[in-house]
Amino acid sequence: MSTIVMPEPDLAILDRRDEIVAALERALPENNVISELAETIAYECDGLSAYRCPPLAVVLPNNTQEVSAIMRTCYELGVPVVPRGAGTSLAGGALPTADSIILGTARLNQHLDIDIPNRFIRVQTGVTNLSVTGAVEGQDFFYAPDPSSQLACAIAGNIAMNSGGAHCLKYGVTTNNLMGVTLVQADGEIITIGGEHLDTDGYDLLGLICGSEGQLGIVTEAVLRILPKPEGARPILIGFDEPETAGQCVADIIKSGILPVAIEYMDRLIIQVTDEFSGAGYPDVEALLIVEVEGSEAEIDQQLEKISAIANKLNPAALRQSHSEEESAMIWKGRKSAFGAVGQLNDYMCLDGTVPVSKLSDVLKAIGELSKKHDMKVGNVFHAGDGNMHPLILYDANKSGDLERAEAFGADILRLCVEVGGCLTGEHGVGIEKRDLMGVQYSDADLEAQMSVKDCFDPNWLLNPAKVFPLALSAARRNRAVQHD
Amino acid sequence: MTDILSPNTEQALSEIILDCKANNQSVRITGGGTRSGLGGAVNATKTLSLKLLSGITLYEPAALTLVAKSGTTYKEIQTTLAAESQRLSFEPMDHRSIYANQGEPTIGGIVAGNISGSRRIQSGACRDAFIGVRYICGHGEIVKNGGRVMKNVTGLDLVKLMAGSYGTLGVMTEVSFKVLPAPERQATLQIANFSVEQAVKAMSKALGSPFEVTGVAHLPNTQDASHTLLRVEGFDSQVTYRLDKLRALLVTNQDVEIIEGSKHDALWQSIRNVDIYTDQTKQLWRLSVKPSDAVKISQQLREKANAELYFDWGGGLIWASMDDQLTNAQSVRQIMTGFGGFATLVRASAATKLKISVFHPQAKGVAKLSALIRQKSDPSGIFNPNLLTSMNLNGDG
Repeated sequence: MSTIVMPEPDLAILDRRDEIVAALERALPENNVISELAETIAYECDGLSAYRCPPLAVVLPNNTQEVSAIMRTCYELGVPVVPRGAGTSLAGGALPTADSIILGTARLNQHLDIDIPNRFIRVQTGVTNLSVTGAVEGQDFFYAPDPSSQLACAIAGNIAMNSGGAHCLKYGVTTNNLMGVTLVQADGEIITIGGEHLDTDGYDLLGLICGSEGQLGIVTEAVLRILPKPEGARPILIGFDEPETAGQCVADIIKSGILPVAIEYMDRLIIQVTDEFSGAGYPDVEALLIVEVEGSEAEIDQQLEKISAIANKLNPAALRQSHSEEESAMIWKGRKSAFGAVGQLNDYMCLDGTVPVSKLSDVLKAIGELSKKHDMKVGNVFHAGDGNMHPLILYDANKSGDLERAEAFGADILRLCVEVGGCLTGEHGVGIEKRDLMGVQYSDADLEAQMSVKDCFDPNWLLNPAKVFPLALSAARRNRAVQHD
Repeated sequence: MTDILSPNTEQALSEIILDCKANNQSVRITGGGTRSGLGGAVNATKTLSLKLLSGITLYEPAALTLVAKSGTTYKEIQTTLAAESQRLSFEPMDHRSIYANQGEPTIGGIVAGNISGSRRIQSGACRDAFIGVRYICGHGEIVKNGGRVMKNVTGLDLVKLMAGSYGTLGVMTEVSFKVLPAPERQATLQIANFSVEQAVKAMSKALGSPFEVTGVAHLPNTQDASHTLLRVEGFDSQVTYRLDKLRALLVTNQDVEIIEGSKHDALWQSIRNVDIYTDQTKQLWRLSVKPSDAVKISQQLREKANAELYFDWGGGLIWASMDDQLTNAQSVRQIMTGFGGFATLVRASAATKLKISVFHPQAKGVAKLSALIRQKSDPSGIFNPNLLTSMNLNGDG
């Protein structure tokens, strides 16, 4: 029995199941509606697979007009809509309820326009993150946000969660690389926000929609900023016997005026597990940093030398500067396989609270203490440059009560992140996972301000309800929505 | 003469707003007062000065984070950051020369207008560096959103919403930023005699190169030649390398000059602050467009409104000065109907501003949402009434 509760489905909606499916079938061309349980079950969960529930139906529209028809139908019938990109959310953002339909973006898979002189690409949002770079790399461009699920995850989900990745220290997250969207609203109305120019002359609705976890509308098309590829990039690997020294090294590098494109951190547990899994040849140390810089060969050498000098002042236990593509690949090999390596060993829960960089050492120490208190193992692998932690809590899904213990441990870590001045989630989103912890970071007035913005876009609370906001706080609004039909 | 209220704590400010709500009063929010020319003329019963809500509350150079109360002067922030060789990367423009006024710009005013400068093209706008906010909403409550960390997707992003809302959704009391290292060296490659069309192509090529140009402007009429300017920043040898590469990439037989030092700072300051269009009797427009559209738009602005103009952001930002006639303003709006982007009337006489919307007219759906958001956050209409009037916030298209 897990600890996160979803509201009881609305029986009145379940009773009208056939009517709802028929209405959706009427609104769409053939083969766009899935309603047989044998098929809807494929949509019962996302990356937070401990929570499952098949939806009432699944719709897979091909274009903005079809999304509009779906939304209008659901609005008229009072049916909740749960948007789903590739279903890689780690926070339950795409978890259905039995009385909801899943609106999947899988068939919104076209690259619509590539404009190199103006440095943007226009896509339907079901395309994968990696395909965006794929579409422009022949012309030496790339799309900067690079979440580790980039092979699978959809731009729709990236926008919903304002996804980041390893390279945000230099390039920012999705919101900094999104120029415009086509948004279908809860009642089916289509609006465009932003476009092929920069900024806006009114309220920044684009900034509001990015990271809104499907609460405000369905983004069907996006204009994304693309960037020229750097001439080259190479990492340096630095090992320390003390986690605190590694934290100090991160601070010293940032203060020095160098802006690395990535600073990754791995602790002993992760180093060992990934090294065994990948054969990356990592040194036997307590903490490992991978720092990557970009530019021409000479620029890279110069920056890596500066970083080496900074690290050497702190007596590193290991220091390995890459001089070639092969050496770079070896350095990254372990880090890139970290999640897979841990997954081979154990079930794990991955959190993503962010803390101020200055508090990294303190937080790592405190996580170690919490690990003892909860008697559960934890590994830390994260984006150190921006303080975005990724503690991996190891548990056994087949052991009764273990998931709940892991969730309790996770909640303690997230409370800690907020206490030291950070936040609950840096890139995975709130979803259902951190929904009921929102009160740790935000007051009721803070959350009321957010919910009142949702009211403007989704007055009947049909869009991804029971997510993001604590259930008790959103109850009145969601119940009002039920009474509405 | 309206009352001037100057609270020195967030709590006192909250009480003022509650009092306004109870007594049907409204406030014109002001910091340094240097940007009061932006937007429609505010029609409020009181003036709310944030000057006493001042001071940097947190600065951690190693975390690239700065938090300040909204009335803190930009000068204080710049000085503090410079001591650690850091800066706000978005390089906010200073409006004092185009409005011919005095006073010290505040960080709250910069955020309220989402004010950026030439580096916007490379490292983002004010809103991109803006990571946390505290404000008093129209219900008198203290609301916070975001925080002091640069990666944060916890809940709806009201931080972005507050940037560029001109104080109409709440009074900001504290703002947080991601700051960046200042470079060791800056230099600009100046290329003479490109036509607008050639310049836009060259600027696009520079921005599409891996040489990280951080300022890309074209001045069509500098004395007798046009000047295309490409700014690079970084470590000393990096700057030399990038200048060489850009020169090889773009220049065939034009005159070229490398600009550095105090002349360099003055040059980019004048581009950022629009120092060449200070004639207060002229209409001044700011247009954000798709860079490749800049050629046609600028041609039409010259033909139909007899505009003088120049380009920043590789052509994506056009500053246009013209005689203050309503017909000119109407021409600008008419020209923009053929293109994406927006045109803001930054300076005009009160008479002109009454007859044409200062902000770009919004599509009906967007205007409706904006009006609803305003209504929820400030139901009594306390904050800066009339400032956004011309943005069709009534939703009537």
